Amino acid sequence: MNGYKLALRHKRSLLGVAFIFPWLLGFIFMFATPLIQSIKFSFSKLTVEPTGFILESVGWANFKEALFVDATFNRILTQSVSEMVLNVPMILFFSLFSATLLNQKFRGRILARAIFFLPVILASNAISAAETAGLINLVGDSSVVSEMGEASSTYNIMSMVMILSEIGLPLSFVDYIVQAITRIYEIITSSGVQILIFLAALQSVPGAMYEVAKMEGATAYESFWKITFPLVSPLILTNVIYTIIDSFSGSAVTDMIFSTAFTTQNFGLSAAMSWVYTLIISVVLVIIGVLLSRRVHYN
Amino acid sequence: MEASQAVRNEDNKYRLQKMKNKTIDTLYAIFRYALVIGISYIIIYPLLMKFSVAFKDKVDIYNPTIYMVPVHFTLDNIKMAMDILHYFPLLGNTLVFVIVTTLLTTASCALAGYGFARFNFPGSNVLFALVILTILVPTSTLMVPMYLHFRSFDILGVIHLVTGKEGVNLLNTYWPSIITSATAIGLKAGLFIYIFRQFFKGMPKEIEEAALIDGAGGVKTFLKIMLPNAVPPIITVVLFCFVWQYNDTFFTSLFMSESALMPIKISTLSAQANALLPGLLGVAAGGGNVKADPNHVAMIIDTGILLAIIPLIILYLVVQRYFVESVERSGIIG
Repeated sequence: MNGYKLALRHKRSLLGVAFIFPWLLGFIFMFATPLIQSIKFSFSKLTVEPTGFILESVGWANFKEALFVDATFNRILTQSVSEMVLNVPMILFFSLFSATLLNQKFRGRILARAIFFLPVILASNAISAAETAGLINLVGDSSVVSEMGEASSTYNIMSMVMILSEIGLPLSFVDYIVQAITRIYEIITSSGVQILIFLAALQSVPGAMYEVAKMEGATAYESFWKITFPLVSPLILTNVIYTIIDSFSGSAVTDMIFSTAFTTQNFGLSAAMSWVYTLIISVVLVIIGVLLSRRVHYN
Repeated sequence: MEASQAVRNEDNKYRLQKMKNKTIDTLYAIFRYALVIGISYIIIYPLLMKFSVAFKDKVDIYNPTIYMVPVHFTLDNIKMAMDILHYFPLLGNTLVFVIVTTLLTTASCALAGYGFARFNFPGSNVLFALVILTILVPTSTLMVPMYLHFRSFDILGVIHLVTGKEGVNLLNTYWPSIITSATAIGLKAGLFIYIFRQFFKGMPKEIEEAALIDGAGGVKTFLKIMLPNAVPPIITVVLFCFVWQYNDTFFTSLFMSESALMPIKISTLSAQANALLPGLLGVAAGGGNVKADPNHVAMIIDTGILLAIIPLIILYLVVQRYFVESVERSGIIG
């Protein structure tokens, strides 16, 4: 009897391995191997041959070049990371806000939802690349395009700055809000998935809780901060991580890593750059993860 | 007398309170509509602009009084953009490619998700942590080794052993994407495995036990009982996978830069339009140095982008309702 049970358990675990086998195969050959190779590349000079490649160990030279010699890498890296740090809170705030909005009952809610999730479908590097290419073609200069992008929010920003600083808000905060307003399109289009995740979380909050709170005389404001917010807070961590990872794809650093490898053929330098980038992102992720998971409320 | 006065007072107070509540509600509703409509407008505006441009005639560009609705309605832009893109062969090609990779990804991720959710084998937690790692490591880190890997593709030196050559060059074929999606390591596959695992974890254990007692094996249980119940996560994953694969420029430009796929063609549309437009208009017949009108090129690009995203929009309109509902129930939230 005992032997039979053990055999069944054994069989089950073998079956489990069979289910994940395709993934395991892919993981070993398409993820782990390239990952280790990429570490090796970052310490070597790589020359591509018609039939393969030759590695020549150079020690830390690639990292040194990326960090101290290359003129643009540092600048683009700090720019990308600081942009991400600025964007993440804005996207989180906006997506939580929209999810709460879309969770309420009003006429046309289905249509509103359909529209709010449209950016998930349409967010595409190909399209944005084509759009900027079209604009550059139109005005003949890429710096003019970025200026036009800033000016295209025809709204007079200065008046806004004046009003906000008149109220007595600290200037750095005013700056932040103004940035949020000028980049509203970017923020809206990159928060589709986050809205979905928050909305799913809101749907799982039992309605009875709100009824009780209402009977006890809580205002809508109070019931948001005392019920909704704590219950969706675990998803804030998920969303922060998703947003950070999402900002990898198509960032200026990724483009630079790509062009270093395939335009200038400097594969070793490119690998070193990507590892510097990966390490910085991991540090950011760990710090945010630790900070947030202390505050998050799990039930 | 006094009592009725008190009642009336109370009544008035109640009525006042009710009115106050009602005004606050109405004001809030107006505020909410303003917000929702405003945000929706920001999202839809670029799309509307593209529709407007697509049907505009060339002369309308220089007419400043036209805002959205064109005066000279024409289908020329669409025709030209289609010519430049070779639209229908391109679309067919892209759709075949995307559908194959989507099906493979969904199948392999569902298998892996089920395996991680329902089976305990030594190291299963460590392996699942590695799935999360695949989500976290940026794709640019793996780019160069993957490229070289597919340039001379060879697993464990089998091909070298058989033919004596240094592997097969798989670049500019569909194989890199097919291999990565069949092995659940392709585009955002880690996220899909996570979604499936969360869903299967939430399914009651009793169903499985009942199936086991009825004599169904593990594979049969999965195919006949678990999969038919897993429609919500399947819809979510299929839609996400389809859309992201359709729009992906990173892997396609890395592995298949010369293939006829929508994202590649669209991102180089500007150059193509510049080169081909004079010929299509018949002004470069003498082979002279005729440059395309940049405004006209911009129009063609906008139209081309619209043509590229229209299949996605149609798909989205069809599945949109299931999509939102399925995400709510698919257990993305755990």
